[in-house]
This record gives sequence, C-alpha cells and structure tokens, in this order.
Amino acid sequence: MTASIETDPATGEAHVELDSVRLAFGRRVVFRDLRCRAPRGRVTIVLGGSGSGKSTLLRLVGGLQRPDAGSVRVAGEEVTGLGERELTRVRRKIGMLFQNGALLDSISIFENVALPLREHTAKDELEIESEVHRRLASVGLDDVDELLPGELSGGMLRRAALARAIVMDPEILLCDEPFSGLDPPNVERIEALLTRLNRELGLTIIVTSHHMASSMRMGDQLVLLRDGFAVGGTPAELVAGGDPRVVEFLGSDAVAAAAGAGAGSVGS
Amino acid sequence: MQSTSGRDLAVGIFVLGGLLAVAYLSVQVGGLSYAGPGGLTLVARFDEIGGLSPRAPVAISGVKVGQVTAITLDDDLRAEVRLDLDASLELPIDTSASIRTSGLLGDQFITLEPGGELDLLADGDEIDFTYSALNLEKLIGTLVHETDIGGSE
Amino acid sequence: MTGAVARLGARSVDWVAGLGHMTRFAGSVVAAALRPPLRGRTLVREIYDVGVRSLALILGSGFVVGMVLGLQAYNTLARFGAEQSLGAVVGLSLIRELGPVLTGLLVTGRAGSATAAGIGAMVTTGQLDGLRMMSISPIHFVVYPKALALLIAMPLLSALFIVVGVFGGYVVVVELLGLDPGSYLSSLENAVDFRDDVLASVLKGVVFGLLAGLISTYRGYTSEPTAEGVSRSTTSTVVVASVCILISNYFITALWGV
Repeated sequence: MTASIETDPATGEAHVELDSVRLAFGRRVVFRDLRCRAPRGRVTIVLGGSGSGKSTLLRLVGGLQRPDAGSVRVAGEEVTGLGERELTRVRRKIGMLFQNGALLDSISIFENVALPLREHTAKDELEIESEVHRRLASVGLDDVDELLPGELSGGMLRRAALARAIVMDPEILLCDEPFSGLDPPNVERIEALLTRLNRELGLTIIVTSHHMASSMRMGDQLVLLRDGFAVGGTPAELVAGGDPRVVEFLGSDAVAAAAGAGAGSVGS
Repeated sequence: MQSTSGRDLAVGIFVLGGLLAVAYLSVQVGGLSYAGPGGLTLVARFDEIGGLSPRAPVAISGVKVGQVTAITLDDDLRAEVRLDLDASLELPIDTSASIRTSGLLGDQFITLEPGGELDLLADGDEIDFTYSALNLEKLIGTLVHETDIGGSE
Repeated sequence: MTGAVARLGARSVDWVAGLGHMTRFAGSVVAAALRPPLRGRTLVREIYDVGVRSLALILGSGFVVGMVLGLQAYNTLARFGAEQSLGAVVGLSLIRELGPVLTGLLVTGRAGSATAAGIGAMVTTGQLDGLRMMSISPIHFVVYPKALALLIAMPLLSALFIVVGVFGGYVVVVELLGLDPGSYLSSLENAVDFRDDVLASVLKGVVFGLLAGLISTYRGYTSEPTAEGVSRSTTSTVVVASVCILISNYFITALWGV
C-alpha cells in the first residue's frame, strides 16, 4: 500500500520531492515507502504524531540523513548520493530553522546571525553589520546583538534563529516545529513571519508541526505522516477525501475546523 | 561574560608565562646556553674517566666555570674530553685537570688547577697535565686482594 | 561456548572498527587544521577555557607536589648523606615524569571532560547540524580549535607545573629544612640535560595534549544525542585519555633514552 501525492497542476512544479524513500534506524522503520512533494513557492505543512519521522523528513531534505533507499530531490537535484562538499551547493539554497533554534550558545546573537555571511561571503564588517541588523529587524528583534542565546526567551530565540536561517537568502526554508513550546502570541508572530516570507519573497516553506490550527491556516499543502507512509494534499482535499487515516489523525473537530478554513472562512 | 579584550590579555599572559617556563627549564636548568659558541674550548686527555659524562661541570677552586661538552676516544684509545669554559678565563699553559667525585657516591666533575707560567691557553689548546678518575670499584678490588693500594692510576 | 567466542569476536571487530573510525576522525581534524581560515578568535577562546582556567589547579597542584617531593627526597637522601642531590632528585622527577603526567591527568579531568561535554551538548541541541546546514564543517569550526587548544595548552601548563614544583621543593628544602639554596639549584642544574630531560618533557606535554584533544573531541562528537549519552562520553573521555597518557608515557620514556 503506497500513498502517493498527485499535486494539483495549478500548484506548480515540485521544489522538493521525495520518492520511494525507505529509512530504518536499526529495527525501527521510520519510512517504508515515502512519497511526497513540496511545490515551489508554497507552504507545505508536515503533520504527524511524535516518532512519525517529521524531523527526519527535514533532515533527509537537508542531506543530514541519508535514506536506505529511494530518492530525495531538491530543486531538481538528487541529494542522496552527494558528499559533504557537493551538498554545500544544495544547502546554499536551503535555510533551516531547528526546533530549539540550534544557535551556537558560545557566541552572541549578532555573531550567530553573521556567521554564514562571514563564512561564505566576502562582505566587509560594515556590510555584515547592516545586513545582520536588517535581518534581526525583519523578525522584530533589536538590541540583542551582544546577548548570548541562553539569555533570550523562547520566542525571541526562535526569531533570532529564523533570522540566521534566512540571512543567506535561501529558496527553501525548512522549519522544524517552529511553534512548539511557545505561547499563543508568539505562535501568531512566527506564523505571521513565515507567511510574510512566503508571500513577499516567494520562499518555499516546509514546516513540521502538530499545531493544528496554524497548520490549517498557513498550509497550502499538507503532508500527513503515518506508519512510514505519507498522505498529502491541500487541506480542503484531505478533508473532502474523507480518508479514514486523515480523520483518525486530525480528529473530527479539526476536520470540521479545516473544512471551514479550506472553504476560506473562519470556522469555529 | 568575560570581555573579549580581557580574555585576549589573559590568554596572552598565559602563553607568554608558559613559554617563559619552557625557556627557564631549557636555558637555566637544562643548560642550553652552554651549547652556544663563543666560549673557550679546551681539550684534555685521560686514561680513565670513570663515570664522567657530558654536561658534567668544570670548576676552579669549587667555582663552576664551564662544562664537559663531548667525550670521545682518540687515536691512541685515550678518552678525549672537550671542555667549554668561560671565555674570559686566563689559564696558564701548565694548568692541570683532574676528575673528582662530589661526595663519596656523587657525580663526577672536572676541577682545574691553574699553574704558574705566563703563557696562556688559547681556544682549542690541550691541557697537558691530567689526573684520571679515582675508580672506586678498582680501589675496593685492590683492597680486597690486599695488594697495592695506589693501583688505580 | 561458541556464543562466548562469537561475542568476543564481535567485540573485537567493533573495537577495531572504532579504532578505524577514530583514525579517520583524527585525519579529518588534521586536514581541517591545515585548511584556512585559522579561526584565531575561536582558538583564543578555547585556549582561555582549557589553559587559563586550568592555571589555578595546575599551579596549586605543582607547588604541593614539589613540596612533597622535597620532603620525601630529603628523608631518603639524608640517610646516605646525599642531601646536596636534593635539587637533582626533585627536578628530575618533576621534569621527566611527574610534571607532564600529572598535568596530563589533571587537564584531562578538568578540560578534556569539559570539551567532551561541550561538544556532546552541541550534538544534543542540534548545533552541529545547524553548522552543517550552513555549510560550515563542524570539524573545522568546533573540533579543530578545541583539539588544538589542548595541544597548545598542555606543554605550557606542564612547564608551569614543573617550575612551580621546583619552587615548592625549594621552599621545603631551603626554607623549612634549612639546606643551602646554592646546592639545591646547582645540583638541579647539573643533573638536568636539555635533550634527555627538558626536550623529552616538552615532547610528553605535546603528545599528552594531542591525546587529550583528540580523544575528548572524538568522544563528544560521537556521543549519543541524549543527556545520558553525553555523560557517558564525558566519563569515557577521562578514563580512555588517562590510560592512553599513562601508556604513551611509558613508551616515550623507554624510547627517548635510547
């Protein structure tokens, strides 16, 4: 039993595409036959219970994890066989927001955001400074230059990490659980930032989440991970499809909410 | 958080202090400075040097004035000992060198006794008058066999 | 019976594979060290962490060890009337063995374990993956400065340990026991050879620094991404590095004298 996603032609070409991916850690099989795709310029939300392999899916896309079999294509390029050096070319196109930010805790916020610029560009100190400040301002942070990551609150940390993820102008933004552990105002804030990046800069965004309401609002495309397979489609399609696995996962309330969101009105 | 410049300074002091410690051990304790050129080099030949080893001190009246730099065997199969001495020393050509032991079981060293001639030893000259080491084992051996006590020479 | 043999075999294979993995790791660290940029800022911070912050421990220990050596050597040598060799005994013991070895063990316990725990925490919190996603090699950015800092700090700390130890011996021998200061220092200076003793001592410091640096970074780098995994790799760093230091010390002593 394989579940493949037939994307609506209107949603455009696949920017990220996984096909027949198999992956097991020892005896624990994470993906049996995973097929899913994220269309260019859209927001794709990956949903699944804990241990369903949401983070692993992002790690596959970033080349941090190799599948046992199958293919992972990013912007048309197969990444599964690439070495660390060749992966550099692919990773230039990708920004990644890790679950807890993964900022380096020994250097300041400014240095964290400046790091990719220092490593990969020939910009001088003034250009770096203005670039970093522009990015920090775009996520609503100022006066945090000298602070260490440990001195920031969860929401600020997440936004600083987002600034670092986009500082090199990636085409694709991978966000691992960007809403977990945040209070509602901060969830809304991150959600608004991601939506703006998608609308204004046309970034392809893949978000793993179990935050149902924001997923239904943001997602152009949903991917449901379950038992090593994926079910995908637009929120409306998934709800309308009435797949028992979807209903079981989302719960009937969420399906009702999604039906409302999918219809373009705010349901309750 | 420690300020960056303060940390730089601390690391600088640490590295400098560590290097000074290495330098102290090398030059002062390890005697690396004596290996340098510019000193007065003299040669002395002995029939028996006992336990004398390179870096053994050379003294005049108990004051250290240099050290043994090399011990080799010459063509006549005698021990040829090179001494590196303070260049400012003015030693008459009839100066004598003898190998002594500090204490009963201590390390061996060379002591020089200046003579009375007016001509001085120059760099590379040989000390003609030498007295070999007192070989303690030989001495005990001769005592045990109740033979001539002075048989060490 | 066959089960035990099979287990032994499997374990040996694992061990050899681990050795191979560690060798490859060491190779990539060396390769990273030869590749620009130098990462001077990071290096200074790491030397501060492993070197400057170990100073109090090393200086305090060195002083006390020197004092004990002075006392013990006096008790033994006084029986043979050989008190004038005290400086030689204290100095040679410190320079040849105690200085480098005790410094190696103390720094491994303090800075090596901190290095392993630090890298382990970076693995756990995804900081190393974060670097990889920014196309920055974690070996070059994190591991190489930490390993090099230990390599640089170890011989310097060892030399400081020795100098302070010699001074500690001096305090006991001259100030407390009332022996002649000149004979303590001159016996020390006469007995110590630059190549045989001082150079061997510095070599030991460098080798121990290399061992502590590579083992602690390797253990941290390969630790499992859990709190338990990090604490396991921290413990094994101290055990493995200490044993490696003691074993390599024997071989350097045995081979250098030839």
